[in-house]
Amino acid sequence: MAEKRLGEDTVLFSSFPSIIATATTVGKKEGEGPCAKYFDKVVRDPLYGEGTWEKAESKFLLESVRKALEKSRLTYDQIHFMFSGDLLNQITASNFAARELPIPFYGLFGACSTFTEGLTLGGMAIDGGFAQRVLVGASSHYQAAERQYRYPTELGIQKPPTAQRTVTGAAAVVLGKDGPGPFLTAATIGRVIDMGISDPMNMGSAMAPAAVHTIVQHFKDTGRNPDYYDMIITGDLASVGKVLAEDLMKKEGYDVSDRYTDCGVLIYKPDADTLAGGSGCGCSAVVFSSYFYPLLQEEYRRLLLVSTGALLSPTTYQQGETIPAIAHAVAIERNWPEGEW
Amino acid sequence: MVMAKLTREQKAYKEWADSRKPRPSLGRNIAVAFVVGGLICALGQGVLNYFISIGMSAKEAGGPTSAVMILLGALLTGLGIYDRIGKFAGAGSIVPITGFANSIVAPALEYKREGYVMGVGARMFQIAGPVLVYGMSTAWLVGLIHWLIHK
Repeated sequence: MAEKRLGEDTVLFSSFPSIIATATTVGKKEGEGPCAKYFDKVVRDPLYGEGTWEKAESKFLLESVRKALEKSRLTYDQIHFMFSGDLLNQITASNFAARELPIPFYGLFGACSTFTEGLTLGGMAIDGGFAQRVLVGASSHYQAAERQYRYPTELGIQKPPTAQRTVTGAAAVVLGKDGPGPFLTAATIGRVIDMGISDPMNMGSAMAPAAVHTIVQHFKDTGRNPDYYDMIITGDLASVGKVLAEDLMKKEGYDVSDRYTDCGVLIYKPDADTLAGGSGCGCSAVVFSSYFYPLLQEEYRRLLLVSTGALLSPTTYQQGETIPAIAHAVAIERNWPEGEW
Repeated sequence: MVMAKLTREQKAYKEWADSRKPRPSLGRNIAVAFVVGGLICALGQGVLNYFISIGMSAKEAGGPTSAVMILLGALLTGLGIYDRIGKFAGAGSIVPITGFANSIVAPALEYKREGYVMGVGARMFQIAGPVLVYGMSTAWLVGLIHWLIHK
């Protein structure tokens, strides 16, 4: 068996875990953004016909799971594990969605990095021979996150321009051992980085160093340069964090400016509601699954997806703690790489 | 609240990141707050004048005027309009008494789903609570000083 580790923090997949299908369900604001036409379903009612924001978030996730299975022409019993996570306390959006599904379930919490955390673990489960097919999900919900992390949704306040809007949306992705690609080829697992930012209304600045650390580690471990990838995509640094990340990369000796973007920047039309851009587990999950995934068949051959998470809670910031952050990178390629693999 | 101690590297990053973050546009925010806050107060004055015109003294009219403005703030919160005004006007709609009403009705609406006791009852003053606690404490302190000087 081929060596599955490379450098300090990188794993190599050796058995062709492939993304078989993706599905996305998003809210109204996301459905009015630049990615609107790529989503499978736009739900205009933030409650999605339910009584609470939390139930609505579970329903967004369930809808995406069902759609992903439908697209992949698989049944529940053919899925060996489901990995999913969200931002709510005790990750209830995922747990309560999984309650409706006859699939063995792993609940994940990586804040907004959950999507690539799930892809990494799902890829490893397949690569380790423990599963043939797994489902990876991630969800977030603007109002549910707002009331838990910040203020009641009807409170009339003005946020600073560094604040971000939690994406209402969920994505589900089916990974399989046998598939035509695109393939997960490598992943660099992030370390928790805290650069001393304590303002929860400025999470882009808190997460940028974590994203850069993981990306630089990925280049060091694999010996690749930015030009190996057609695009490097961070999760939800939004406009404030993206600029910082680009500059930090330059300081590390990597110029990524011609091939770098961020899902938090891509998901919304900038306005007074969205401020610096999108955030939340759903952000990188829905933007990758709707917009970038099809592009892997056309324009792009290799992408590095780096979902970024701010690991704070209302308790920790009220107690004056700084914001630790994490980012996991997954290399996704149209063709299986030749040569050293 | 204890602020976390930062290392030199963290301090340097924080300063660098802070120096590069976009600032709220102070001029625009102050102007909008002034105009919207002024409009809310002018409306309050109109209500006060009405109560005086129907025969109340200026002192008597104060109570009913506050009640009308609170009702208005609560109603606009319930209709989902006050949060939009707040997003636009900032302090202009937070400082007047309508903002106080918003700060109580918003959590009451939000936490109704957790029931009337542990939801509405326990969390209604989540935002306004600190204002009440320190407002009353200050009033008590000032009253005490007044009493000590004049006794």
